[in-house]
Amino acid sequence: MPWGLLKYGLGRRYPAGPDFPARPEFKPRYDVVIIGGGGHGLATAYYLAKDWGITNVCVLEKGYLAGGNTGRNTAVIRSNYITPESVRFYKESVDLFNDLSGELGYNILYSQRGQLTLAHSDATIRTFRMRAEVGKLVGTRIEMVDRRQIREIVPCLDMDENARQPILAGLWHRDGATGRHDAVAWGYAARAAEYGVELHQRTEVTGLEVERGRIAAVETNRGRVRGGHVIQAVAGMSSVVAAMAGIRLPIRSYPLQAMVTQPVKPFLDPLVSSSGLHTYVSQSSRGELVIGGGSDPYELYSTRSTLELKESLIAHTLELFPFLANLRLMRQWAGITDMTPDYSPIMGESPVRNYWLDAGWGTWGFKATPVSGKRMAETIAREKAPEILHPFRLDRFKTFDLANEMGATAASH
Amino acid sequence: MRAGSNRLPAPAGLLVDRERPVSFAWEGARYWGLAGDTLASALAANGEWILSRSFKYHRPRGVLTMAGQDANTLVQLKGEPNVPADRLPISEDLEAWGQNYSGSLKRDRNAVLARLSRFMPVGFYYRAFYRPRGIWQAFWEPIVRRSTGLGKVDRATPHGHFDKAYGFCDLAVIGGGPAGLSTALAAAGAGAEVLLVEENPVLGGSLAYARFDAEGTLAAARREALVAEVEADPKIEVMTGAVCNGWFADNWLPVIRGNRLTKVRAKEVVLATGSIEQPAIFRNNDLPGVMQGSAAQRLIRLYGVRPGRRAVVLAGDDDGYGVALDLAEAGVEVAAVVDPRPEPAPSALTEAVAGQGIEVLAGHCVAEALAGPGNRHVRGAFVSRLDGQGGAVPGGSSIACDLLCMSTGYMPTYQLALQAGAKLGCDDAGAHFSITGLPDHLRLAGSVAGATDLEAALAEGRRAGLRAAKALGLKAGSEPEVPADKGQAGANHPWPIFPHARGKDFVDFDEDLQVKDIVNAVADGYCEIELVKRFSTVGMGPSQGRHSALATARLVARATGRSVAETGVTAARPPFTGEKLGVLAGRGFEPERLTAMHHRHLEQGAQMMTAGLWWRPAYYGTKDRREDCIREEVLAVRRNVAMIDVSTLGGLEVRGPDAAEFLNRVYTFAYAKQPLGRSRYVLMTNDAGTVIDDGVACRFRDGHFYVTATTGGVDRVYRTMLWWNAQWRLDVDIANVTAATAGVNIAGPNARAVLAPLVEGADLSAEAFPYMGLREASVAGIPARLLRVGFVGELGYEVHVPASFGEALWDRLLEAGKPHGMTPFGVEAQRVLRLEKGHIIIGQDSDAMTTPDEVDMAWAIAKKKPFFVGGRSIELRRRHPSKRKLVGFTLEGADAPLPQESNLVLRNGEMVGFVTSVTRSPTLETVIGLAYTAADEAEEGAPLRIKLTSGRMVEGRVVPPHFYDPDNQRQEM
Repeated sequence: MPWGLLKYGLGRRYPAGPDFPARPEFKPRYDVVIIGGGGHGLATAYYLAKDWGITNVCVLEKGYLAGGNTGRNTAVIRSNYITPESVRFYKESVDLFNDLSGELGYNILYSQRGQLTLAHSDATIRTFRMRAEVGKLVGTRIEMVDRRQIREIVPCLDMDENARQPILAGLWHRDGATGRHDAVAWGYAARAAEYGVELHQRTEVTGLEVERGRIAAVETNRGRVRGGHVIQAVAGMSSVVAAMAGIRLPIRSYPLQAMVTQPVKPFLDPLVSSSGLHTYVSQSSRGELVIGGGSDPYELYSTRSTLELKESLIAHTLELFPFLANLRLMRQWAGITDMTPDYSPIMGESPVRNYWLDAGWGTWGFKATPVSGKRMAETIAREKAPEILHPFRLDRFKTFDLANEMGATAASH
Repeated sequence: MRAGSNRLPAPAGLLVDRERPVSFAWEGARYWGLAGDTLASALAANGEWILSRSFKYHRPRGVLTMAGQDANTLVQLKGEPNVPADRLPISEDLEAWGQNYSGSLKRDRNAVLARLSRFMPVGFYYRAFYRPRGIWQAFWEPIVRRSTGLGKVDRATPHGHFDKAYGFCDLAVIGGGPAGLSTALAAAGAGAEVLLVEENPVLGGSLAYARFDAEGTLAAARREALVAEVEADPKIEVMTGAVCNGWFADNWLPVIRGNRLTKVRAKEVVLATGSIEQPAIFRNNDLPGVMQGSAAQRLIRLYGVRPGRRAVVLAGDDDGYGVALDLAEAGVEVAAVVDPRPEPAPSALTEAVAGQGIEVLAGHCVAEALAGPGNRHVRGAFVSRLDGQGGAVPGGSSIACDLLCMSTGYMPTYQLALQAGAKLGCDDAGAHFSITGLPDHLRLAGSVAGATDLEAALAEGRRAGLRAAKALGLKAGSEPEVPADKGQAGANHPWPIFPHARGKDFVDFDEDLQVKDIVNAVADGYCEIELVKRFSTVGMGPSQGRHSALATARLVARATGRSVAETGVTAARPPFTGEKLGVLAGRGFEPERLTAMHHRHLEQGAQMMTAGLWWRPAYYGTKDRREDCIREEVLAVRRNVAMIDVSTLGGLEVRGPDAAEFLNRVYTFAYAKQPLGRSRYVLMTNDAGTVIDDGVACRFRDGHFYVTATTGGVDRVYRTMLWWNAQWRLDVDIANVTAATAGVNIAGPNARAVLAPLVEGADLSAEAFPYMGLREASVAGIPARLLRVGFVGELGYEVHVPASFGEALWDRLLEAGKPHGMTPFGVEAQRVLRLEKGHIIIGQDSDAMTTPDEVDMAWAIAKKKPFFVGGRSIELRRRHPSKRKLVGFTLEGADAPLPQESNLVLRNGEMVGFVTSVTRSPTLETVIGLAYTAADEAEEGAPLRIKLTSGRMVEGRVVPPHFYDPDNQRQEM
């Protein structure tokens, strides 16, 4: 029995010290105002306080903590990207995740179960080999596997050679992991709050004041907030919020849907995905199958669910696991993904002085939570983005110096 | 008695057929029930009340709702987990088991976990198990994983038969209770085509099981009349045993019955979904034998099962008194009615209860259900007086009972309405609900809209039906008056929550969450309702908060000092109830496309490969001879003649006065002055200047081009063309004729000799029909287009014919080639041939960033055109020259290792490029390939360092990519 639980079990009263103190009134001025109380914003708050001693910070959240894409994604953590720049960036994230429970004193249920991605065509095999080779070069655990190895890793997959899309090969990413997405955000929030960071839920940003090219203040439904620096970390609303500061981002926003089944006894440990079938599947610690796919094919800001996507996604899932036909789906939902032309984020400077961007997180935001928080905090503290964020600067779109990531992401979150 | 010892005599048991006993297996033993029984009712008739073990504490659970809406009744079938036993019909071949236990259902070894509950406070797993680093995954998670989940999936389960249908109607009415029936009748009376969807096997809703009057006769009479009228109405289609499991935009409704999903598009929808009775909260409120009043009534009226012998009824509203009367009528001794209201207003029902001499304890609550051995059944109720604030005063008395009914209020079945964007509101006390903000063409009727009084529900249904009819443009009569008092006052007790110091006062049965878990979650700082849900997992189980959302909202409201309205409920998302994956997938057919010659390839021994949706021949021969086959096919093209099926190649007809102008805009080259009877290369870039497709444009007439595209790219090209022209509005018509056309490429030095004798209407001589020429002619009597193109680098003709002639063309060509020893060749040989020639494959030798310059395609960009898609970006990108370049390379020596595609090109340990295509050339007998490398090391002769998959480095040399016949003499013969 761990000590932490003895405290709860043997205490006469519930030893609650709230993880998040009640929402205070605004101070006249903050050193840093963070727009967005999701994982990225909260992690930025935490690292600002911890790494840089900057604690006069407030986080503005229009709903509740982690209520946006942080709480809607399917909690896949991986670094098997295509370009060395991306692999390095996500590897740093995976490394931070590894020790995050201990660092935050909050169990994020991090579990490195490995991610198996399946290839059904020659073209996919070529992409996989590239990801494997780049991963090995940068030092992640990744390799191509053949059909025999696939059978060993996930014995329950349908390996029928006569299937419409037979499984030809796989990409086995041992570093692939999952965790509890909410807990990541809550852990950051709790520790940031301990440092004195203010968390303002139900506080919606309604406008941004820019004076002579510099951010001056943030308007909210609860009044005006002044900050020396302002950062936006509002995945799904990036273009809308940036536009308040007069910034146009090269982003198109699409809904991304996901769903879970009713809980059953565990039978699937690794995370399994197939880009050809546009589906990825994992089994949560509650026993539910978490199923996701590709983004909806048209731009929209509504988080409604659709029947069409559910039908095709489930049909594809049953191609891989035909024996699940009698399992019941329990819930479906959607988030909004901010897609950039090169499937990579936009981080760092904006055209407005002291206004910082953490945007363009498409379908890959959760897995970058720790590294984004850490590096955005560094960016603000030093008023300059570090080298590792260089490939993701907004400027790259002017010079077409894009990250070549298309293909590493479609349906393999 | 074969139907079970708890079986009541008729007329109880609307759904069961007493003449037809049915036996079934439960937990390995055989039982008898009646046709029409569900597993839960049949077991109850036999005195078996435990159906499952709970998720966390492994407490015995049984009937709660009898409505298929709770997780207590989920059982295991062979190959099917989590089946609601109170919906599952019994049959002779039914074999069912309980779930989530170790040992036996009645004696579950894991029940000991409940004793540890004090060490498992809300969110306990976030508080511990993570030090030292890695301990969670190494030690604790496997323990959690062993105990998680409910039922089991079986890998041997066959996919089963599922199918889909489409439905259309003027009006879909969801719910066949009194309001739904009267809605359907009113709308059909006005002429609307109505679809009435009812979850239960019979129509009537609460009329089929509940009590509305002291005499107990009203419901059945009303039901009979209404149902008879509905069934006689030809404009009403009734689907019973069907659930409308969601609401999607524009009244798109998934209606599931058995293994069939009917997707219904309804012009108008009325939700008459009723309301869901909510459990009361007290200690041990989860014991088998503790159930909702409506569950007891369902057992009696629908299945003829006596729910117990001695009952206590916790009645927070008048319906509870109706339950007491029903029980008494069914021969159950009603020991007491416990009413938390200090002074319940007298009504016909309360007076009837008093008249029967049943003890009524007003101002009291059930503080605890007393558990029998092993928590296997309730054995009594501990009743306490309430203080003025609604809290239990310590002390009280025990009343022995084996049935404890909870009737303290309802929540509207709001799920579909909220999925449609409506908002759920309620008064400050949290006892009256309202649903507002419905989209157009969606209405409510009945208790979902607050009309709990029967007459009000009927009137409201009628009004909703008439309004829907009017919206459909039908003539509808004047609307009936709906009584101002719809009966909501007093229907719901505002605080049926009686926490117990020793806990086990469950708020959420699925997740084993107690009152303190919710309160403590708020104390931990998780104050917003959605945070409470995510932190405590309340509402996350299979019943999705149907019985916990209201109590949670009330508890959170009280703990935060907000109103229930302000606190709200968590988002309602589809589906309404669990739906089988097989139902969603349907028959699971994946489309595939076969060319007209597909069967010939199989006959000729081809190994097929996929190319998008198409199947194409990879090579002809057995798998063990793969390399030899490919090599032989390559050499046949180089030395003699061979032919390949190119039907999958994209084909687009672009016709109209602006056809040339249109191509000028979507492709990089110039087409305005392209001569008739000639084809010209096309290269497409996207708006970022990245190459995305190529092919040739064949000009037959001034305003008519036939444009080819890659097999994998044609659909996108076609979409892109339509997308652009939707903006440009050029006078041009674009048709994707890929599937309408079959094609064969006949290539090799003897191609002309084979083809010429078959052709009428065209002179095939080099002078009359030069390279890149094209002709319309007849080939073996088939109308054809002939294209002289050279993807493989030899003399060659592509013959394109209507797809219906494809097989005939193939046969005639093969026959004509026989004297020359002509053979077919496959895609693998074609890949080698084109690589020897240095032609790139877009998508293989290009990626999502490739510019025309990087792949030496600057020649294909017209310089004088004012505009083409991607042109501006290409110019911009030229100002920031690319750091990489696609080059040809060779590895010297017959024993040089063969790199793999995607092997990295390194310089000083850093990646500067990668191999895109590579082969050991049968013609040149050396390793040749294409690779990206650093732009400053791309000149001829520069070294190219490749890291093989094995990790070994090899060094090749940059050479011009035109490995074979660099002067193009062979293809221009």
